[in-house]
Amino acid sequence: MSALSIKNLWKEYGDQIVLENVSIEIESRAFVALVGPSGCGKSTFLRMLLGQEVQTKGDILLDGLPLPREPGADRGVVFQRYSVFPHLTVLGNVMLGKELLASRLAGRLFGKARRAVEEEARAMIAAVGLMGSESKYPAQLSGGMQQRLALAQALIMRPKVLLLDEPFGALDPGIRAEIHTLMKRLWHEAPMTVVMVTHDMREAFTLATRVVAFERPRDRPEEKLRYGATITRDIAIWPPRKAGAPSIFRPDRDGPVSSQGQ
Amino acid sequence: MRWINSHPGAGARLTLALMPFVLLLLAYMIGSAERLADNPNDKLLPGLVALGDAINRMALVPDVRSGQYLLWSDTVASLGRLFAGLGIATAIALLLGLLIGILPMVRAALSPFVGAISMVPPLALLPILFIVMGLGEASKITLIVIGVTPIMIRDLALKAIELPREMIVKAETLSASSWQIALRVVLPQILPRLITCLRLQLGPAWLFLIAAEAISSDSGLGYRIFLVRRYLSMDVIFPYVIWITLLAVATDLLLDRLRIAVFPWSDLEKGK
Repeated sequence: MSALSIKNLWKEYGDQIVLENVSIEIESRAFVALVGPSGCGKSTFLRMLLGQEVQTKGDILLDGLPLPREPGADRGVVFQRYSVFPHLTVLGNVMLGKELLASRLAGRLFGKARRAVEEEARAMIAAVGLMGSESKYPAQLSGGMQQRLALAQALIMRPKVLLLDEPFGALDPGIRAEIHTLMKRLWHEAPMTVVMVTHDMREAFTLATRVVAFERPRDRPEEKLRYGATITRDIAIWPPRKAGAPSIFRPDRDGPVSSQGQ
Repeated sequence: MRWINSHPGAGARLTLALMPFVLLLLAYMIGSAERLADNPNDKLLPGLVALGDAINRMALVPDVRSGQYLLWSDTVASLGRLFAGLGIATAIALLLGLLIGILPMVRAALSPFVGAISMVPPLALLPILFIVMGLGEASKITLIVIGVTPIMIRDLALKAIELPREMIVKAETLSASSWQIALRVVLPQILPRLITCLRLQLGPAWLFLIAAEAISSDSGLGYRIFLVRRYLSMDVIFPYVIWITLLAVATDLLLDRLRIAVFPWSDLEKGK
């Protein structure tokens, strides 16, 4: 289970109020898209879920327990850039999490333990469509392949929550459509809740079970400092998408995922 | 076609690269020939024959008094000091640079201190080193260490701080501890910079070495240059200066090759 519960969340930087009174319940296995104009605090909100920033007031609960105040292995993340490590090969990048978890001192595995992790990593690499690129460095991959790698690297840790910060924003439309298909499949297969920040409405409505809009209700210049953004729309996609199940009414709506009957 | 768009071919590139060297050599030979024509005993710009004689005397014939081949014994003495100094400096810089770069507590404690220390002119400390540590090897090596370490620490710390925050956060979500982040994320990414930094510090390191050798020593390339200066032996000084330059250039090239061989990804990143 991986339900998120956000209660009366405020975020202020000095005098500037960024987010005010944000409350939302995100059920387990949901795929929530956060949309809104630039500077409305949706990325700040995501960073608080991640633990990279700490809220000024309010609570974030994961399965009823308050989130620790720093990032951890229960929450995976893919950023728009810099999500993968340039000094490691594709295989090294995907294995890293498992290696760190198993070997607290050296951060590296050897022999039998390494081979087991390597096998798992290769399966993960194949699942995101990077088979054959195992020994390449990220600089040798295209933008779309790098994001696939970032997904594989995050998902091998089996996070409860996957946080995506405009992960596909820099990709061109064709590549983006391909990676959407992949993203949908991964969400159907892995037992996780996804929260994604995006600028692309089409992306939000194609992937999400729920689209949440952040906006500043008061946006006059003299009000900007003291009034933050909050959730103004919360749209459930209909007919509902359900993780691991095809769409009831139009099985083909969600593309190859549901037509495979998952 | 505009000038900014015309590139030299492979042959032209080599010719253009060699041209300044050849011109310098020509200018020297002309100057030398003119001076020697005026006064055959001129010592300021010795001819190529005299230079060849001196090189032969220093490098290929054992010294009458000590029985050593002076150029080689000087080179061994100087490089020993240089690499000892650079080695110690590298070790200190790597450790402190990494700590300052990743731990905010250490950064708060040490960053201003290192910044201030790096502003102390090392040569002004040389008398103190000679008084405290004596005139032996230790004071010369220490001068090199004091001269290059603070700048290397700052450079590496900056490089570590510059790493995108996203990368560190990503490592945290992969369950990394502070130690593991240092070991597997930050350290490998600042090592190529360490080599580049070392290359940039070769010049200052030679400067401090020769300064120390000039003042007090009984061997070394800097010592020899300042010794024969008394006899106006330009025929020895010029080959020594060229030899020092060659050593520095070779070290520089080797270090860059080493970086590309050991960290192939660092060269891939550069093209982006």
